[in-house]
Amino acid sequence: MDTVVLLAITGLGLAALYFLVASGLSLIFGLMGVLNFAHGAFLTIGAYGTWWASDHLPGAGSTGWGFVSAVAFGVAVGTLVAALIELALIRPLYERHIEQVLVTVGLSLALVALVRAVWGADPHPFPRPEWTQRTTSVLGANVPNDRFLLIGSALVVLVAVLAFLRFTRFGLIIRAGVENRAMVTALGIDVRKAFTLVFAIGGAFAALAGALGGIYLGSISPGQGTSLLIFAFIVVVIGGMSSITGAAVAAVLVGLVQQFANYYAASGVGDLSVVLLLAVVLLTRPSGLTARVA
Amino acid sequence: MSTRTDAAPGARPAAGAPVLQVAGLTCAIGGAVIVDDVSFDVAPGEFVAVIGPNGAGKTSLFNLLSGLLPVTGGTVTLDGTDITGASPSARARRGLGRTFQASSVFAGLTVRENVRLAAQAKLGGSMRPWQRVRPDDAAHDVATRSLERVGLARRAEGLAGALSHGDKRKLELAILLATDPAVVLLDEPMAGVSIEDVAGLTEVIADVHREEGKTVLMVEHHMDVLLGLADRVAVMHHGRLLALDTPSRVTSDPAVQQAYLGEEL
Repeated sequence: MDTVVLLAITGLGLAALYFLVASGLSLIFGLMGVLNFAHGAFLTIGAYGTWWASDHLPGAGSTGWGFVSAVAFGVAVGTLVAALIELALIRPLYERHIEQVLVTVGLSLALVALVRAVWGADPHPFPRPEWTQRTTSVLGANVPNDRFLLIGSALVVLVAVLAFLRFTRFGLIIRAGVENRAMVTALGIDVRKAFTLVFAIGGAFAALAGALGGIYLGSISPGQGTSLLIFAFIVVVIGGMSSITGAAVAAVLVGLVQQFANYYAASGVGDLSVVLLLAVVLLTRPSGLTARVA
Repeated sequence: MSTRTDAAPGARPAAGAPVLQVAGLTCAIGGAVIVDDVSFDVAPGEFVAVIGPNGAGKTSLFNLLSGLLPVTGGTVTLDGTDITGASPSARARRGLGRTFQASSVFAGLTVRENVRLAAQAKLGGSMRPWQRVRPDDAAHDVATRSLERVGLARRAEGLAGALSHGDKRKLELAILLATDPAVVLLDEPMAGVSIEDVAGLTEVIADVHREEGKTVLMVEHHMDVLLGLADRVAVMHHGRLLALDTPSRVTSDPAVQQAYLGEEL
């Protein structure tokens, strides 16, 4: 029983990371039609930004509020980089989807190479606030606290995004734009203004996932974001490409399947099971779990 | 060119000057001329029907007017301003609204949200994007009025995707009305609408035209619908404007009859 609980909560923690990356991906794809392969790089930037800030930024540190400011710095850098990339590289290629994908693939390689050139290819130990290193007993299982931090953060983000989409004017424009960009334009709304915003939001969530992933794994390395991105893409596809709630459900499915398969079958079977899950969903529900954005 | 002298309620003060001027409008794509040297003026409050066989260039003409196709020759002037090179969203903001041949509503939004989005665009609400969607703001009022106008107020909170086809077309009209356009382009509003819904929809369009004083251009195949509505009928054929006159004169025009090759108008 305690093993099942531990696996389930760890799987949900992993799901939280997947969701944070996938939610931005699906918003960007839904609204702009861009498959953002640079999204993993935003995660890496968030992780390295947090790590750098905890050592160098005045007021930031590796515990307590100091750590919170370090994460805030990492997220801010990720957000800024994402917004600048949209303005400088994605926007000029508006409606040229192949070129946009090529640019994001190039960026994913270049940004990771840049991080590697500056801080080296070896993993760095990531600051872990003391509370996250302790465990809490849940139904007899000693669950590391960082799992709860991951799950809690993802839940806050999920609720915030859904509220933003449902109850704000911009949210209405984004939901409509995901359904039909041309029609939103025909109403006299310049939908491109929403593009930068969506890219920045996606960058912020990915950067947050980077910081949280650092806590979860205890270390960071340049290639981390890219490997997580693959699973995030699978989550996006299973979730229905442009749906936030779909991405949340799919992330939970993928996280749990991966954890349980890795434990009860063999290490590595988890990744295979996720791909099988993807195949099953695509065969039975070709458009994913849900088609609505929020 | 219009013969209307009795200004409709809400018509502009400068009722004499044309609200829409099209001069030598041409569009060639890859050597094929799909709209060929089309010129006409539309007076404020006028209702012009556009008819013609399939492939005559009716929808292409609308796409040129609304900016969805690139103009390769000629000009489009709206209210005295040259909009030939303006983007679709800029034209919409200037008061040129349109509906599409295929029913186009946001199926995943509620009926009210569909109209609200349009009202927001008109009211410039997107300038304050973080503002909450409130049930008591101006956009909400505009949405309610537009929905009442087309008779969909009772369905406001349901999903637009759940509406019948006829109701979806009414919703499109409500969306258009919420943007308060001076000139309304309706691309086959009756397409796919069941016979029993045609009368109701025709009435809504007639109301919009007469009571709100909107200038209307409408592509339509149902000649019986047009006869009660249109001040003038434009006949397109092979991308050219074959005739533009009152409905009775157009139907008796030999050139028009020949273009339709015996098809009943």
